[in-house]
Amino acid sequence: MSDAITGPQGGSTLLPEADDLYHPHSWWTRYVFSQDAKVIAIQYAGTALAIGFVALILSWLIRLQLGFPGLATFIGPAEYYQLITMHGMIMVVYLLTAVFLGGFGNYLIPLMLGARDMVFPYLNMLSYWIYLLAVLVLVASFFAPGGPTGAGWTLYPPQAILAGTPGQPWGIVLMLVSLILFIAGFTMGGVNYVVTVLQARAPGMTLMRMPLTVWGIFTATVLALLAFPALLVGAVMMLFDRLLGTSFFMPAIIEAGQRLRYGGGSPILFQHLFWFFGHPEVYIVALPAFGIVSDLISTHARKNIFGYRMMVWAIVAIGVLSFVVWAHHMYVSGMNPYFGFFFATTTLIIAIPTAIKVYNWVLTLWRGDIHLTVPMLFAIAFIVTFLNGGLTGLFLGNVVVDVPLSDTMFVVAHFHMVMGVAPILVIFGGLYHWYPKVTGRMLDARLGQIHFWITFLGAYAIFFPMHYLGLLGVPRRYYETTGLGFVPPSAETLNAFISLVAFVVGAAQILFLFNLLHSLRHGAPAGGNPWRATTLEWQTPETPPPHGNWGPNLPVVYRWPYDYSVPGAPEDFLPQNRPDPVRAGGGP
Amino acid sequence: MALILILIAVGSVAFHLLSPWWWTPIASNWSYIDTTLIITFWITGAVFVAIVLFMAYCLWRFRHRPGRRAAYEPESPRLEGWLTAVTALGIAAMLAPGLVVWSQFVRTPADAVEVEILAQQWRWSFRLPGADGRLGAADIRHVGDDNPLGINPQDRAGQDDIVIDGGDLHLALGRPVRVLMRSYDVVHNFYVPEFRAKMDIIPGMVTHFWFTPSRTGAFDAICNEVCGTSHYAMRGRVVVEDEPAFREWIDRQETVSQRAARSTGTREAGLHPPATDVR
Repeated sequence: MSDAITGPQGGSTLLPEADDLYHPHSWWTRYVFSQDAKVIAIQYAGTALAIGFVALILSWLIRLQLGFPGLATFIGPAEYYQLITMHGMIMVVYLLTAVFLGGFGNYLIPLMLGARDMVFPYLNMLSYWIYLLAVLVLVASFFAPGGPTGAGWTLYPPQAILAGTPGQPWGIVLMLVSLILFIAGFTMGGVNYVVTVLQARAPGMTLMRMPLTVWGIFTATVLALLAFPALLVGAVMMLFDRLLGTSFFMPAIIEAGQRLRYGGGSPILFQHLFWFFGHPEVYIVALPAFGIVSDLISTHARKNIFGYRMMVWAIVAIGVLSFVVWAHHMYVSGMNPYFGFFFATTTLIIAIPTAIKVYNWVLTLWRGDIHLTVPMLFAIAFIVTFLNGGLTGLFLGNVVVDVPLSDTMFVVAHFHMVMGVAPILVIFGGLYHWYPKVTGRMLDARLGQIHFWITFLGAYAIFFPMHYLGLLGVPRRYYETTGLGFVPPSAETLNAFISLVAFVVGAAQILFLFNLLHSLRHGAPAGGNPWRATTLEWQTPETPPPHGNWGPNLPVVYRWPYDYSVPGAPEDFLPQNRPDPVRAGGGP
Repeated sequence: MALILILIAVGSVAFHLLSPWWWTPIASNWSYIDTTLIITFWITGAVFVAIVLFMAYCLWRFRHRPGRRAAYEPESPRLEGWLTAVTALGIAAMLAPGLVVWSQFVRTPADAVEVEILAQQWRWSFRLPGADGRLGAADIRHVGDDNPLGINPQDRAGQDDIVIDGGDLHLALGRPVRVLMRSYDVVHNFYVPEFRAKMDIIPGMVTHFWFTPSRTGAFDAICNEVCGTSHYAMRGRVVVEDEPAFREWIDRQETVSQRAARSTGTREAGLHPPATDVR
């Protein structure tokens, strides 16, 4: 089968000796302006984790104020609103989206599909550098006059661009510019991921033989390509409103006794645009996490993922449905209340494919051979937190139940559990799982265990009780709640407790950072396939894989990615590129 | 791990049952919302406990031991079909009561009294209809120092309206209220936790919701949509009292035309009208 390289990618250009496309010429093109998707992945993930640490520190400051109001005299109301805004935006867009798609997507799509690289490597490189520019513009707003914007991460106009909100002179402008850059950069990467999945799969890698990780990232990328333009349009229009005096989102306004020169615009239009992006965004983060967690569970339970086809269709169904639920963020926005019937129904319907995914993960454990490795621990913790956050989503999605709870700490607890903690646990699990492939060395398992238990139990202790503050009526985005009759003193005790746990969980991430850096040199050598996994990225001739991934011959795929513990097979896993010793085809 | 998962499931339920933090005693007709919420708690709580405990069992029962080999079982359409059906049923059990209550929420009863709330950075003003039972027209063009709500001076229906600028809003017990809300600057939200209901206030349009106060007392009202630096300090107060007390209170209030007359009087006396907005 040495002719197999004339597969879907076709032609002899794939032979390294025929074309030195995959050989960088200098240190700069190897490590900095590299067109190798794996290097770009590391750059993306490194930048995202770095800015993520900034967001972590911001969350400490937020918790400092909430747990111990008045203790930190440098946090006034304006600073508090700046903290929550930047924390939210960084986490959702610049960390989660970038890590899953730019980081895991770049690293895993070509390797898992048996491709040499992304199909548009130059565009891929550009995608990262524009992302970096977007991050730098965002960071610049911390140093701009007036500081970063404090409009809340949802940036609702008119408030976002008026003087009553911190960061009005520069912060909001830099935020919008940064988002526009991010979207431009992401689109370049996103086009790459989609075309690579559709066009550059190794011979035999049919769509229904793709690992669920790739299905998740692929579907998420399609969502992002369709959803981000709505945010782009909103950001451009708001920038015009702010800088050129247009009134896309600005009705007639009196500010501080002065009638402003705005009129006729619609603030609620922005909310529709924002959430038309914002809800798919939840799944842009969640679907890659779903995919990765499926592969982690299957590998470490030594068992095929249960109901693969159902899992694929659930991913696709969730992707499609995610475009018709956006207004569940707007039940009390003042939009026509009759919309509530439609959006509550679609929102609760989306719970069905999501529930199927949870069942299938759990059923994969049934009669497995479960190795509680560090990646597996994170995967199981993901199921617990995602289940919890998903179920509280049923409260908020059910329009009338949302009415008392919206904009309270219940919402904060819900979305942190479901799209903060849960995906981040998957990121950790994924990093522990694939680090050996990236570096050739294992991360320290003992440190990993400590990191895991503090992070998982701590995060649960932070966000589970927080729901009850929301039930009480404690509003989100409040600098302080003193003097409110419905907030009992015990709520402040709870807030102090949550803050203390948050400090510990935050500090535990230093363990992870240390592990990440220390193991680079001192980790145990991993070999090519330390987890005895079936998917193609573990079958590369060299570890870490060089530019071009596969040496002279592309792999040929004979089976689905979940042939673990196949009866009659000599070992408990059959790699996807192994010709069949037992039976032909493989898979259901 | 299995043990920890059991502890999480049991601990979460125990926390739910024992925690001192629960919603405030209701003071409106929306006890249906509380009921729907309770149903949702039971269904989701049962699912959470069941799945976490099942997982804990698997982790213990199928943990790795030397020589152990996993079963090979790609899928089971029958089991997946059943699980889908049961889930759909559970979802319907939560959605159906939710939508029934929502249909009440979106339909204001015909006998509801209209009350207007004007939200501004960062204060509340209220307006109640006068003897004619109607609120006069208002628009941003008419806003001035004497007329913070922008009541149209040409509209006779507005002349007997009662403006509460900076004070508490009083409501009569047991009488349905249709709250009409406007803003001249940014998006706000009027929220009294005891009433359960809330709605955003959008500049350029009138939003509304309705409720019936069901308990007397004074309740904190807060802004529940971020509206700038002092969002957290934008607070008001709603006093619910029985009909006679409410009557007595409203009779003491000045109508728009009375206030205008007084203000003209002050001006003629060579004094400046009191500033209504100190910023």
